[in-house]
Amino acid sequence: MPGIFQSLTHLLIRNCFARLARMDAILLAIVVVLSTIGFIALFSAGMAQPQRVHDQVRNLIVAGSVLLVVLNIPMKFWQKIALPVFIAGCVLLVATLLVGITTKGATRWLWIGVRIQPSEIMKLSAPLMLAWYYQKRCDSICIWDHVLACILLLIPVGLILKQPDLGTSLLVVIAGLSVIYFAGLNKRIIIGAILAFLASLPILWTFLHEYQRQRVMTLLDPTQDPLGKGFHINQALIAIGSGGFSGKGWMEGTQAHLNFIPEKTSDFLFAVYSEEFGFVGNLILLGLFLALIGRSFYIAGNANTLFERLTAGAIGTIFFTYTFVNMGMVSGILPVVGVPLPFMSYGGTALLILGTCTGILLSISAESKKLQRY
Amino acid sequence: MSLDFKDDDKDVRPFKMRLLFLFGIVCVLFTLLAARFAWLQIINQGAYLEKAERNRTVTVTTQGARGLIFDRNGELIAKNRVAYSLEITPDQVKNVNKTIDALATVIPITSADRRRFRRLRENFHRYTSIPIRQNLTDQEVATFIGQSWRFPGVDINQREYRVYPAGSTGAHFLGYIGSISQNDLKRLQKEGKLNDYDGERVIGKVGIERSYEPVLHGRPGYETLEVTAAGRAVRTLDYLPARPGKNLQLSIDMNLQRITENALKGKQGAVIAIEPGTGEILAFVSVPTYDPNLFPGGIDPVSWNELNTSPSKPLLNRAMRGIYPIGSTYKPFMALAGLETGATSANYTLNDTGSFKVGNHTFRDMARIPKGQVNLRRSLAISSDVYYYWLATKMGIDTIYDFMKPWRFGQKTGIDLIGEQSGLLPSRAWKESRLKTPWYMGDTPSIGIGQGYNSFTLLQLANATATLANRGVMMTPHLVRTTIDPTTSETSAVQNKPAEVIPLKKANINLVTQGMVDVTKIGTARRSFTNFPFDVAGKTGTAQVVSIAQDSRYDASKVARRHHDHALFIAFAPAKAPKIAVAVLVENGGFGAAAAAPIARTMMDYWLTGKNSLGLPPPAYLRTAADSPKSASKR
Repeated sequence: MPGIFQSLTHLLIRNCFARLARMDAILLAIVVVLSTIGFIALFSAGMAQPQRVHDQVRNLIVAGSVLLVVLNIPMKFWQKIALPVFIAGCVLLVATLLVGITTKGATRWLWIGVRIQPSEIMKLSAPLMLAWYYQKRCDSICIWDHVLACILLLIPVGLILKQPDLGTSLLVVIAGLSVIYFAGLNKRIIIGAILAFLASLPILWTFLHEYQRQRVMTLLDPTQDPLGKGFHINQALIAIGSGGFSGKGWMEGTQAHLNFIPEKTSDFLFAVYSEEFGFVGNLILLGLFLALIGRSFYIAGNANTLFERLTAGAIGTIFFTYTFVNMGMVSGILPVVGVPLPFMSYGGTALLILGTCTGILLSISAESKKLQRY
Repeated sequence: MSLDFKDDDKDVRPFKMRLLFLFGIVCVLFTLLAARFAWLQIINQGAYLEKAERNRTVTVTTQGARGLIFDRNGELIAKNRVAYSLEITPDQVKNVNKTIDALATVIPITSADRRRFRRLRENFHRYTSIPIRQNLTDQEVATFIGQSWRFPGVDINQREYRVYPAGSTGAHFLGYIGSISQNDLKRLQKEGKLNDYDGERVIGKVGIERSYEPVLHGRPGYETLEVTAAGRAVRTLDYLPARPGKNLQLSIDMNLQRITENALKGKQGAVIAIEPGTGEILAFVSVPTYDPNLFPGGIDPVSWNELNTSPSKPLLNRAMRGIYPIGSTYKPFMALAGLETGATSANYTLNDTGSFKVGNHTFRDMARIPKGQVNLRRSLAISSDVYYYWLATKMGIDTIYDFMKPWRFGQKTGIDLIGEQSGLLPSRAWKESRLKTPWYMGDTPSIGIGQGYNSFTLLQLANATATLANRGVMMTPHLVRTTIDPTTSETSAVQNKPAEVIPLKKANINLVTQGMVDVTKIGTARRSFTNFPFDVAGKTGTAQVVSIAQDSRYDASKVARRHHDHALFIAFAPAKAPKIAVAVLVENGGFGAAAAAPIARTMMDYWLTGKNSLGLPPPAYLRTAADSPKSASKR
């Protein structure tokens, strides 16, 4: 008995080392560097809230562990659980609407022993399910598959919109649509859909909640109401702008340290970073994120199966969406939506999802036959 | 990092093209972000940096304490007291009147408080806090703080208030401070001193408070603080301490002031007492007076109206802004003029028949009694009008004008108070230019008895009397003796400088002085100066307010009170070595000998012997080291 156990453990560890040796070290390096920079910025932003810094250390350790575990899970496993997780997620979303916790007018949380936000699961679960679907139909994908994929995607999106949570539903939509796009949806249809979307914007406007409209209005002119709705964005702009070319220096940001930046450890962490490290720091960060997205796409391009390709492509798109929406929001070119900066912002759930995403990418790279040449 | 497409199977090729396409979009959008960062951080860095600085710094202004004012004996007559005041910032309150109504249920607020608030509101910006109640008791402060959550925009602030412990005594020289008005702001701007009044609410309005404003007002201090978004101060970035204003010691003796004001109780008039050798003003009285404590916190409109419309004009500084004919108190100066110019002499004798004719016009003695043979000395003692009708006519207006001009009759004396009036010393040129008529012979006789076009301030009369006492050396009259820097205790004394030295012959001064001593010994004021231990040189005066028709008699009982004659008296004593010179005016008081001279006697009693009916200690200079209460208490 102990012998069997020993050899099993041995096998597992060997397998683990084998995967570690075969995975894409560059992607991991980029993620480690980003997390390190993120923690440095968070350390400065969290001067007045040392608990946040401690918690983030814990979050990083947990996310890192999750990453290592996911790395060792074969992609076949994800393919198997994609649909059940998606269905479970939809059930949870329905449950949230029925018996969820309402805070600040939005019903986004569910109590199941711990407080969870089911919409977060959907960010990864929806693209996984779609990738699974396309993998299943890989030999004969036709236009109706795309239609069905869109309908499947609309189920969780609709449920999340109802909470209401425009930001998250947008992220789920983009992640899902990226899968459909990578699966080969006709370009003419894509262009047509984009045009139709733009044309329907005025109609969509009427469906938006008052607070959502105000956010858009604030984006258009943040100075209009400097102490009200525009306050957050104005202070963030002052922080970024006053950082200048080379920044005020680590721990020297006045906007951050005197509490002028709202949510400075989470959604607005980029403003803190930007104030202290300046334009140069921003370019370095943009470069790192660009590398992260490019490397994700590279892994996608070299993956073995359609499921893996689509998953990796979707994850790259998720990284991009998070980064662009967060930076765009903080620098005042996008409306304020609650999207964290990947690998940097404070927050356990977000890091957990990002760790899982990275783990999946590394798992794909470790299994890739094409990447085994090196 | 490049995407490798070399050995693709056909299935994957379009997928890779799509990856590449999306990556292209990513690059474009990231470039957009980079451009946005460049716009914010490079092109507009300056503007944002300035905003960040303005965000984090707050400059707090503190005012230096206003200088204190003491009298010559060290009695504090203007001080500062810190008190709590309940203040409303109109900008932060939805409905000011409702807020006041609600406040009134917590803390007593009178209608006068409300009126004053309304008045102050007109003067200040919406975002400055305006007091609704001042001098809160500790109990009231505690009561309000317990309920303060109900009143956003209402605060309790500690403020420094000016207090005048002597109340109405001396109000006319001391003056007061009040809220800075638009006119004050304009003046400050013109003088380039607006920065010194940053955060200041009050300024000197009249009297010493106004005239010595630049000395009394300190320099504001600044503290630049780094603050958090919540407004909490983190550290001090820059600090310039406020500098308090300088203290003033006046030459006024508040006890003499009290005794004088007491003697004038119920009357309208003015008194000035000057130390002839120095020009120091010992008492500066104008009655009725007012309470300067009404002003520093902002006077309520009803009290203000009352003061302004009262027929007795309590706000009028009669001592230096009232213009009067001075009547026979002019005669000693006329006598001196006659002697100095050779128009008359000690021995010249004139038969006073009770009237004097110039052309067709007969000038009568005010008392209408023929006084017989009168020489110069006697003309002063019994106050002969005819002698001076004659003397003035003999000298002519030009000689009189030339002699009187250096005495500063009809001109500003140069006292260290703002707002002194000039009055008028009549001359040929003045009449021709202002009245467009030539000087007539008939204009001159009245000039000789201090009537006619003569119109002077009491300050001018007091100044001239002091100059006469000082034998022609005019010391500029002044109220401030020394300024004291409270931080360094450095004192700087005001220089007693002769303003004018009028060349006079010793014999002439002596003769006029003798005539004036006769006034208090055997003359018109003898009753007021019985049993006085020193020789007093004095002169009574009774100035006509309305001209009396040629052949009618002045009958006090038939004339309205406000047309009664003004009673005047000038004096200096001791006659040989004067320590004090006084000029007294009682408006509509009647005969100078009866209404004005006793007041001078009361003052002389106190100043030269220490005697008084108020139980006050004698003047400091009379107390020898041995019996002064100070040295006694030290032992």
